[in-house]
This record gives sequence, C-alpha cells and structure tokens, in this order.
Amino acid sequence: MSLFAGAWPMLRKEFVHLRRDPGTVIFALLIPVIQLIIFGFALNMNVRQIPTVVYDQAPSQRSRELIARFRSTDTFALVAQVTSDAALEHEIRRGHAQAALKIPYDYADRVLAGRGATVQLLVDGSDSTVSSAALNVFNALILLENQRLARAGPPIVEARPAVLFNPATRSPNFFVPGLVAALVQIMVIILVALSVVRERERGTLEQLTVTPVQPLGVMLGKMIPYVTLGFLEICWVLLIMRVVFAVPIHGSLATLLLLAVPFLVASAGIGLLISTRAHSQAEAFQMAFGTMLPSIFLSGYIFPINNMPPQFQLVSKIIPTTYFIEVTRGVILRGAGLADLWPNGAVLTAMALAAVGLAARQFHRRLS
Amino acid sequence: MPPVIETREISIRFGAFTAVDRVSLTVDRGEVFGLLGPNGSGKTTLIKSLCGLVKISGGEGRLLGLDVRDEAPAIRRRIGYMSQRFGLYEDLTARENLEFYSGVYGLTADRYARRLASVVELTAITPYLDRRAGQLSGGWKQRLALGCAIVHEPEVVFLDEPTAGIDPVARRALWDLVFQLSGQGVTFLVTTHYMDEAERCGRVGYLYNSTMVAMGTVEELKRLPAANPPGTARYEITCPNITETLATVRALPFVREATIFGQSIHALVDAAAAPALATATGVAPRPIEPSLEDVFVTLTNRILADRSAL
Repeated sequence: MSLFAGAWPMLRKEFVHLRRDPGTVIFALLIPVIQLIIFGFALNMNVRQIPTVVYDQAPSQRSRELIARFRSTDTFALVAQVTSDAALEHEIRRGHAQAALKIPYDYADRVLAGRGATVQLLVDGSDSTVSSAALNVFNALILLENQRLARAGPPIVEARPAVLFNPATRSPNFFVPGLVAALVQIMVIILVALSVVRERERGTLEQLTVTPVQPLGVMLGKMIPYVTLGFLEICWVLLIMRVVFAVPIHGSLATLLLLAVPFLVASAGIGLLISTRAHSQAEAFQMAFGTMLPSIFLSGYIFPINNMPPQFQLVSKIIPTTYFIEVTRGVILRGAGLADLWPNGAVLTAMALAAVGLAARQFHRRLS
Repeated sequence: MPPVIETREISIRFGAFTAVDRVSLTVDRGEVFGLLGPNGSGKTTLIKSLCGLVKISGGEGRLLGLDVRDEAPAIRRRIGYMSQRFGLYEDLTARENLEFYSGVYGLTADRYARRLASVVELTAITPYLDRRAGQLSGGWKQRLALGCAIVHEPEVVFLDEPTAGIDPVARRALWDLVFQLSGQGVTFLVTTHYMDEAERCGRVGYLYNSTMVAMGTVEELKRLPAANPPGTARYEITCPNITETLATVRALPFVREATIFGQSIHALVDAAAAPALATATGVAPRPIEPSLEDVFVTLTNRILADRSAL
C-alpha cells in the first residue's frame, strides 16, 4: 500500500471545503489588504514634523535666522512661541510639543562678537525614536550654522551620505516585504491546524483511522490546499505592494516564489504539529496565536534582530519567517538573487522537512 | 468456514487499567451480534481492537481469518465502521461524502459508479443526494453514514451506538437496512443501549466491567440460571397508583428486585411469595418471563452482590 494512500481524495475534499466556505479564502485575501493599509499608510517609522515650541528671549535678526532654519527642515514643525521657561516646560509636559528651542537673550551679541553663543534644545525623551531624530537633526543644524557663520566659502568636509536600495527610506518599502512573510506564515499555520482539529472535533478523523488512509496521505491532503492558498496570498500581496504602494521589485520574482515554497511547507508543517496537540479549534487557535507574536516581533519584521539580546536572537533563528523576510527584502529591495539567498532556502527546506517529519511521527501514533 | 470474528481471551490494558478482560467471542458470517453493557464497560475498546486501532495486550483476535495484531492494514480494507458521531463532512453533499469515502477506499471510477447506484438504492437517499450532509435530519444522516461505511462492500460492519439520539421510525429503518445487508452475508457487530434493539440481534453479549458476563441468543439469556435464581419467580403487578405501590413492594422482605415497566411493576420475588404479594398490593400478580433488561439488571445486581460478599 502506498505511503501516501488517501492523499488524492483528501486533497479534493479539502478544496471542496474551501469552495463551500468562501469566508476562509476571503479572510486570506482581505486580511493582508487591511494590514497593508495599516502598515503601508498609517505607520511611518520616519520622524517628520515634530511639534516644537520656541522661546526666543531676545528676538533679533540672528535669532530669527536660526528659527527660520529650523522651520525649513521637515523634522521640526514650530507650533508656538512662548515667553517663559515655565511655559516652555509646560508645553512639553502636557504633550503639545515634543521639542522646545530656547535661544538666550545674549545669542545675537555673542554670535556677533564670536564668543561662543549657546542654543538649547529640550526634547521629550518618552518616545525614543522621536527624541533621537530630533537630537540628530538639531546637532546637524547647529554644525551647519557654525560653518556658515565662520566663513563664507564652501565647507572643508562635506557629508554626502547615500541610502542604498530604499533611497527615499519609505516605510512601505521596509514594511510590506516583511508583511508578506509574517502574514502568510500565520495564515497557513492557522488554517492547516484548524482544518485538522475540526476533523477531530467532528469525529471524521476517527472515521479515517479505520480506513486504509495513511498518515502521510492525510497530511499531504491537508497541506497542499493551504500551501496553494498561501502562495496565492503571496502573489496577491506582492501585486498590491507593486501597484498600490509602488514598491519596485528589484530582483527576480521567480526566485522569490521559488523560495516561498519551502517557507509555506514549513508553515503548514507547524500547523500540522499544532493540530496533533490541540483537542479543540479554540486550543489550536491559541497555539497558533502563540507562534504569531514571535514571528512578528522576533523575525526582524519590525525590530532589527541585531538589536536583540543573544537569547532572543537565538529564538529568531528558529522562526521560518525570519529567513523568508530576508528573502523578500533581499529580492524586492536589494535585487538579491538565488546565489545570495540559497542559504535561506536551505534553512527553510530543512525546517519544512523537520516540521513535516515530526508531524508525521505524531500522526502515525494517533492514526495507527 | 471459519468464523468472521473470533477472539480468544482478548485483554486490553492501558497501564494499570484493564479495559477488556479475557473476552472470548465468535461471530459467524451474516450474523448480527449485539454488544451491550454500561458506558465504560469496554464495548468501544473491544471494537477498536478488532479494527486494529487499539493494541491487544493478551489473547488472540482474528477478523476474517486475519490477525488483528499485525494484519490491521489488510483488515481495514474489508471492514466498515460507523460511530454515533457518523463521521460525515457536514459541508459536503451526501454524494460528495460517498465519493470521498469511495476514494479513501481506493474504488475505481467504474466500481464507484456501481456502488453509488446500489448504496443509493439501498438507503433510498436519492432525493437528498445533492443536499449537504449538515442539512439532513438525524435519520438521514445516519443512513448516509451507513452508506459511507459500506460503499466499499465490507464483509464486516461495526456499528457503535448507531441509533443514539435518533427517532424511533428512523431507528427501525436503520435496522431494516442492517437486516437487508446481513441477508446478503454482511456480518454486523452492533453496540447499543436500547433493549428493543438488542432483542433484534441474533445473539447478544453483555459486557460488564470489562468482562463478558453473558452471551447467547436472547432466549438463552432469558433462561439463564443467573437471571432466574433458583427459588425465585417473576411477576407483573398492574395497578393504578404505581409509584406508591412500588415503594410498598420494595419494602417487602421477600422482594429481591422491583422496577416500573410502563403501567406495571416487574418484581423478582421468592418463589412461594405470590399470595403474600397479592395481599400486600391488593392486586393479583401475573407470572412473567424476564425481559432482556430484567436479565441484565439481575446479572448486574448479582455481580455487585458477589463482589461485596468477597
């Protein structure tokens, strides 16, 4: 008897389930759109327009020039002028401003005399992203102002930074390729786990145990439909990314889709593993949810892995999403090819084999 | 011809717990064998061991001449199984369910077409073929489930409480199907809690606490010495205020068992006590044969009494 006995009828049946329950397919295709809208339009890691108040103790031409330079950056947005230290602090404390510029009364005099004028920037440190951006831009501004005041000629050293691969440092370019991986993994895990556990709840899995169906047949029949759905979802998200968010794909789409296969199989394998442990759909859902948090927060999707403590970096290494995010960002943003990304493909394939193998062992114990 | 089901002193243990204790049983081709017993007495475990789903710890079991220990794959292709949960896919139509199970059993397209026709004819499910299984009534679900369990023409069919929660008309219809199939040579092993169903079975086994305490035809069981202790007699007492009378009867020293049966009381009393019973109740008792339920209750009570005597 074939090791995969029953795979074909299982597979056909599973597609009928999907056809009967369009909710699942809609869920699979709609959730990414919602997520894309949230992550693509609403969230932005780039700091712009920090609300800033100004306390100019002795308005002069010099101080007005300085304020104008602040205003001309995209980083600071001047929201109010205040006339006392107390008011300055108050504006920050009550959250109207996140930064405050204080220009002392002797600023103009000292600048004219060339005697070390000081300018103070108070920054609300409760949001570290905002405060570090504010400090960076502030320092750069003052540096430029010094140069400008010191001499009229061109600067001796000029900074010419170049951002590769995402020159505008647009957030969608960063988020969307990662989103493809994080989202699809969760969806495939949940759908595979639920479809097996549903059969356990309804008693059909018990019925299958008295038929000649083999564990691998059941597993194959359960994995193929949802791997296919996951594949379609990847294509769908890439399409939205390309058309709506205008994120260009620099590398080869074929490489990306090829490496998606072991990633999807690994995810389906995790779903099967969960299904061997869970007794109810609710339990399966919770377990799938348990895999969701690490794959969002520890996979490098949002937060850089290099910034994590070593223990957590280790955890990130056993999450398939981590490797596939590298693939998506590599192909889409950096134009990386199979020659660069094959190690990720190898790890994903190993993970897929391990997950499916472990699940097969568990299934075998339960089914025979 | 060898028996279809044959077990010799089969035991099944899960750790320290013995689910089936040295059960021997023989079922011939075309027989409808009823397996009775309280919940947890080991009925389902025994069936599962015969299907090769549960490993037997001791004894020997053969199904269709195949060893249940190591020929389970071959056995599975030749048996059908229907549990009270039916094993139907509710979002699939009746036809799709039948098609799925025929695929699972590896039927060719030709054979499936022939089998579909014959199962549909047998179960008369034609009007509901394209309705989803979830929308069928309990009775039709059950017929469909039986159809799915026999689509591959099994020689033995296990029905594990097939009629739990089904209305009486549908129950009778299912039993008609069972007898039709057994007439064609299909062997059935059926578990049930319904005495009327048990009485339909050719032979009945009563599992209690993992052991087979009685086995035989219904008539044989009713004549069992254990069910009719020497020096006792069974009477039916028909009277208007039945519940109060039951309390009176139970309090009498010579009454061993008494229970309500419809409009009357069935009592097991000392043989010579009929006149005293009549005096106590004011009604003339009518001697009766034990019903199957009487047999099982008496057997159970005797086991409990023996055990407490130890």
